This record gives sequence, C-alpha cells and structure tokens, in this order.
Amino acid sequence: MSGVLALLGGPRSAALHLGLIAVLAVLQFVLAEYHHIAMSRILVLACFAIGFNIAFGYTGLLSLGHALFFGAGMYGAGLAAQFLAVAGPGAFLIGLAAAIATTLIAGAIALRTAGVSFMIVTLMFAQAGYLTVYYFGAYTRGDEGFVVDATMRTLFGLALNDATVRYWIALALFAVCLVGALAVARSGLGRVLVAIRENEERARMLGYDVYRYKLTALVISGAMAGAAGAAYGLLFGYVGASFASIQYSILPLLWVLMGGAGVVLGPFLGTLAMFYLIDLTSGVTTAYLLVVGLALIALILFFPKGILGTLREKLGARGASWLP
Amino acid sequence: MDFGPFFLLAAMEGAVGAAVLAVTALGLSLVFGVMRVVNVAHGEFYMLGAVIAWWVTSLLGVHPALGFLAALIVSPLIVGAIAGAAERLVLTRIHYDPEATIVATIGMLYIIQQAVLMTYGPDARPVQPPFDFRIQLPWFGYSGYKLFVILAAALLMLAVWWGLTRTRVGLMMRATQFDRETARAFAIPVDTVYGGVFAVGAMLAALGAVLVTPIQQAHYLMGHDPLLLSFIVVIIGGLGSLRGTVLAAVIIGMSDGIISVFFSPTLAKIIATLAVAFVLVWRPQGLFGERPA
Repeated sequence: MSGVLALLGGPRSAALHLGLIAVLAVLQFVLAEYHHIAMSRILVLACFAIGFNIAFGYTGLLSLGHALFFGAGMYGAGLAAQFLAVAGPGAFLIGLAAAIATTLIAGAIALRTAGVSFMIVTLMFAQAGYLTVYYFGAYTRGDEGFVVDATMRTLFGLALNDATVRYWIALALFAVCLVGALAVARSGLGRVLVAIRENEERARMLGYDVYRYKLTALVISGAMAGAAGAAYGLLFGYVGASFASIQYSILPLLWVLMGGAGVVLGPFLGTLAMFYLIDLTSGVTTAYLLVVGLALIALILFFPKGILGTLREKLGARGASWLP
Repeated sequence: MDFGPFFLLAAMEGAVGAAVLAVTALGLSLVFGVMRVVNVAHGEFYMLGAVIAWWVTSLLGVHPALGFLAALIVSPLIVGAIAGAAERLVLTRIHYDPEATIVATIGMLYIIQQAVLMTYGPDARPVQPPFDFRIQLPWFGYSGYKLFVILAAALLMLAVWWGLTRTRVGLMMRATQFDRETARAFAIPVDTVYGGVFAVGAMLAALGAVLVTPIQQAHYLMGHDPLLLSFIVVIIGGLGSLRGTVLAAVIIGMSDGIISVFFSPTLAKIIATLAVAFVLVWRPQGLFGERPA
C-alpha cells in the first residue's frame, strides 16, 4: 500500500489525482450532451498534453514537432483500420507502435542538438511528416482526410461511436496517462530528468548518461502523444492532415504553458481552460486563433509558470505535496 | 517546348523566387545574427507587407507605377513600426530568452494573421505591376517585371551590405553581434540596436513581399511558405552569416523552382526540410558558416 502511495506522490497528491479521476467519472452523468462530447475530446487531448509535459515540463526539451508523434499514432491506427481491416484494440496498438518508432528515430537524431536547434529540427521533422501525408494523398486523402469505417471502430465488442463508451475509454486512457506521469515524476527517472532540465552539465558530471535519459523522456512523451492520436482517430472516427500540421505542435505547448509546465495536473487544466476559452470566443469571432496568439504572449509575459505552477509556488512546501 | 527552353523557363522562375527569398531570408538572418533569437513571426511580417501594398495601391488609385512606388516606401515603414513596437512591448520584457522568444513570436504570428483575416478578409487580391513589358525570347515571352524583381533584390542586398559595412549604424550592429557586453561597455546603445534590427529585419520581409505582390496575390496565409523557406535558407547558409544566407537562397530558390517544375513540389519541400534537419544535426554552423557554433 505504501508503495502505491509513494508512486502517487504521497497521500495528498494521491487524494487529489484519484479524486479528479473519480469526479470526472461521475461528471459524465451530469453533463449536457454538448459538454459530454467536449469532455471526451478534452480528456484525449489532455493525454497529448501530458505527454508533451514530460518532455517540456520535466526534461526541458521544447519540441515544436509533437504533431509528428500525435499524427503517427493517428495515421498508424487510422490506416490500419481502413486498409488492413484491423479493429479497435489492434489498430490502437499499431498506432502506438508507429508513434514510438517515429519518436525513437526522430528523437535519436534531434537530440544530437539542443536549445534553438532542437526546436527547429523537431519543427522540420514534423513539417516533413505533414508533407508526407500529402505525398501519399492516394491513401491519406491529404487535407480532406478520411472517415474511419464504423465497423472497425470497436473495442472488445463495444461500439466506439456510442457517447458513453467513448467517454469511459477516454477517461480510462486519461487515467493511465495521468497516473503514469505521476509515477514518472515521482520516480528516480523523473528526478534525473528534472536535474537535466535544471543543469544539464551538472547531471552529466554526476555520471548520468544525459542523452539516454532525454531519449527515454522523449519516447515516453511521444508514446503518450501517439496514444492520444490513435485514440482520437478511433473514437471520433476522422483522420486528417490538419492533425499533423504545425498547429498541433503549438497547441500542446500552449496547453502545458497555461496549466503549468512541470506540474502533473497542469496539462489537463490547460487543455480544459483553453478549450472553453476558444469555445466561448468562437461565438464572437471566427478568428479563434487570435485567442491562441494572445494567450501565448500573455502567458510568456505574465505567467511563465502557468496556473498551477504559480499556485504551487505560492503554497510553498504544502504546494509541492499536493501538486508534484 | 523542348527540354532546353523549358529548363530555361524553370530556371528563370526559380531565379525570381530566389531573389525574393534572399531579401526575405536576409531579414531573418540579420535578426538571428545580431539578436540571437528566432523570429517565427517573420512570415507574417512578409504577409503584412503584401497586404499593406495592396491597401496602399488601391487606396491611392493612381497610375500603377506611382502606386507601386508608394507601396515600396509606405509598406516597409508601417511593418517596421509594428515590428519595433512588438519588440519593445514583448521581447524586451522576456529579455530575449531564446525559448520564450520563440513562444512569444508564435503568439505574434497568430495575432497578426488573424487580425489581417478579420480586417482584410480571406480573399486573395492582386496588385497591378508597375509596368507592362514583355521580353520576347526566341521560345517564349517573359515578364519584364519579373526581371526587374531580380534586379531590385540585388540592389536591396547591396544596400544592406553597404549599410552594414560602411556606415556607423552598421558598425554598431556588427559590434553588438560580435560581443554584446563589450559593445555596451563602449557606449553602444545595445537595446536600441536590438529594437532597430528587429524592425529592419521585418522591413526586409515587407520589401520582399511588395516585390512579389504583382506576381503573387496578397493573402492572409501567404506568410507560411516564405517563413519555412527562410528558415531553411538561414540554417543551410549558416545561422547569422549573411553571405551564406544569400548563397543558400540562390541555391534553394533555384532548386525549389526547378524540382517543382520537373518533379513534385511536395517532394521538393520534403527534401528541403529534411536537409535542414540533417544540416543542423551534423553541421550546425551551416554549409557556408564561417565559424563552428
């Protein structure tokens, strides 16, 4: 029991994170239809953001190419379902494997650089991935995308186009990613990652193989992004090139910055807040990306630590015990 | 058309693209060289330059040549002012931290792009070329304006080179690029230089765009490709090396034009983006970089 508690970051943190999952499980019976669907989307996208946070928040690797991993998961799963007639669980695993393989290759090369070069290399890899989707337009149908056949969107006999099933699966995936991130953050691995973020040279001097740790962090990050992409494609039944575009590399960055980089709950809060912020303003203007731009600048100027990062700092030692 | 003339046409189209690209990328390279920051909003300053050019020419409603000349002066000034203001308001406050600057300029990208969408709209609009003049080659006729673009771009680059190497302001910029702290110790107003360089970088993008509007219409999403191509050029040419930037612009612009004509444009871009990634990984100083990073 104490092992599980330690994994979850102590009693307070365990209560907070498990409590959130419980609240989300109950919430679906209260939410109106529109918000019910929105919430399942947010939960899947939050997994993407949680993955991004492992690289950016904990390891200090600012990637501008996570759409590549999200897209690899989505296209891996979507194309498997569409052309190989592999149903739900198999397609998901193929997507996940595609994302892990992509991250491993792209990461192994990109991590030879650091700082601004790393950002541009990841950006370029993601751009090449995006263009590849167009290049194979005969299968992917480029920008237009394709609808995944409903008969392939099943999981152990459950139809994925049912809203309740979808919510439960999204929540299950979210729970796995959240607890996984918590476990990583609290583990020895997580502490080394933070040490690398804070001072890479010092970590190297202490004898850590920095490159290998960074690659490990990136692969965990890419796997979560890919899982989110695969789940998104299968749950909502649509696979399109826009999900591999640069915008989907920027969005997780925005979500994590808003919620709080390096806080396990940050990505979820950021995704939730940003989703409803855009939702509210899209009633006023169609130029919703304006909100994205304003939010990015406001955050970087006034709240570089995000909502939960600022809160944790204010709370001091107590904050650290609630919000690892 | 035979292969020879066809290739000549592709090469000429490539040269026009390369000329505009060189001017645009020079702006990005200057900002990176002096300030050591990557300006992701560079493509949007380009787009803004084109949109303002359309606005100036249609508002004046005079002879195309006069309108174009007015746009060539007014558009870079407005864009420079906007970029300078953005630099003062945002970049100074985050102290040019490289990562924070990228995030902030991504924010600027969306704000400028969407502000233009809300005011100018989603339509693509043309600007009249300042003169109609066709050069008749034995195989095909070619727009005289396109040749003027190449000439104008070459003159602009000479002007930048002259400004950087022969004037006092240029000396200040080079001193700041060489060693910021020492420059400050010699009473060079480094902050003002930063603001000025950021504005000049954006003005070069705007100039490239004004030159291109009579060939390619002004549209709120037109900044995307020049940004990526400028990135490619600046990195392959060596970050901060102006000579390398111009050289790489000619190579990338020409090959992009030629590969696009003979193969697939998508394939040309995939090759170029991957080339950049590998250059950064294995030769971070760029192909023509003068010193190792």
